[in-house]
Amino acid sequence: MRTRDPFSDSEAVRGLAREIAREAEELEARLTIMEVCGSHTHAIARAGLRSLLPEKIRLISGPGCPVCVTPVDWLDHAIALVERGDVILSSFGDLMRVPSSRRTLEEIRSEGAPVEILYSPRDALKLARSRPEKKIVFLAVGFETTAPTIAAALVEAEAEGLENFLILPGNKTMPEPMRLIAGDPEIAVDAFLLPGHVSVITGSDAFEFLARDYGLPGIVAGFAPTDVLRAVLEIIAQGKHGEAKIVNAYGRVVTREGNQAARKILDEVFVASPARWRGLGEIPASGLDLRPELAHRNAALLPVELPEPIEPPGCRCGEVLKGMIDPPECPLFGAPCIPERPVGACMVSSEGSCAAWYRHERWRNMESGR
Amino acid sequence: MCLAIPMRLEERDEFSGRVSLDGVSRQISLMLFPEAEVGQWLLVHAGYAISAIDEQQAEETLALLSEYAGEMMEL
Ligand code: SF4
Repeated sequence: MRTRDPFSDSEAVRGLAREIAREAEELEARLTIMEVCGSHTHAIARAGLRSLLPEKIRLISGPGCPVCVTPVDWLDHAIALVERGDVILSSFGDLMRVPSSRRTLEEIRSEGAPVEILYSPRDALKLARSRPEKKIVFLAVGFETTAPTIAAALVEAEAEGLENFLILPGNKTMPEPMRLIAGDPEIAVDAFLLPGHVSVITGSDAFEFLARDYGLPGIVAGFAPTDVLRAVLEIIAQGKHGEAKIVNAYGRVVTREGNQAARKILDEVFVASPARWRGLGEIPASGLDLRPELAHRNAALLPVELPEPIEPPGCRCGEVLKGMIDPPECPLFGAPCIPERPVGACMVSSEGSCAAWYRHERWRNMESGR
Repeated sequence: MCLAIPMRLEERDEFSGRVSLDGVSRQISLMLFPEAEVGQWLLVHAGYAISAIDEQQAEETLALLSEYAGEMMEL
């Protein structure tokens, strides 16, 4: 069934998989490698890399899907804002089907609520200009790649005096949850695959702490199946030599310092704050809140009535996000929880572990009888 | 969602530029990558250039994206 897919049976992928199998033989223990990037999650499942790798190499997914880690009460808050009547919500498409305590954004939109799906925060500025009588609230989710685009839109709104553009702060940063996971003996990660496009902004130095404080290797990798496999080889090599280094294998787009202009704008607009992550709980300094000078753009400060948050009953997304279980270990996986009718957030976007497994790994595991 | 797409910069003014890919062009902001040069391949995310990328890597990335297209939401 997979033979038609050029990404799983290309010679390069197989050659690398064979090389990994050879190299892994000398490993004393099983090596657990965590990726923390939705694009890696997707690429690994799509190309069937798990089934190509030897027993000794275990690939697990971490909290790398921005909509998956967005907690249920934050979505409740977004929906409560629309109920005020003076707000138009604007959002990236990814968030639309994520379950809240009651309904999804998609559901309220189909009932006529003002929710606009946008490609860029700049489009929300346009919307704000054309609808001066409404507050345009942009739902700010995403990691370091996305946060600067929202910060830039805020800077533009300030410069222009565009009063009716606000955000609901919800952006998050990767290093802090990774620190938590790196130090968790129950998860027992041996190495990290580091996210390529997040690193474009942060620089690879942002992940040095993994090697320095935890003795864990980290490889910044692209999201081609061959990129992932080469990173695995590098991790095995470091393991054999007892090394732990942060290596950039994603070429010149990633530097050690990252994108200075973007980091400066981030700093002008946001301040690190405690943030709640689905599954991981509250993590200090892992969120980006608006600076107090920009309080007038903070939709979280508008009065709303919030319901009591209700997590989807039975959903084990929290454990999935920590790599503690693989998605099929959730009793709801596949029935009733499927991408078309997700019970939990991890089944929503193709970057979510549950959705990636459902679409790709399920069949493979049935074939191989695992 | 953290994916950025390679596009070539066709023209620019101080803060914004026009990029194109496969004949489709789009206005983007250069606020996050002010040093962008006309003719250069850029990584574009949510309407903003975030970095330059060399042509070969751009092509490899595009080939992958088209392979994944339809499944990856919010490219
Ligand atoms: S399969 Fe569905 S219910 Fe189970 S953990 Fe994943 S998202 Fe939650």
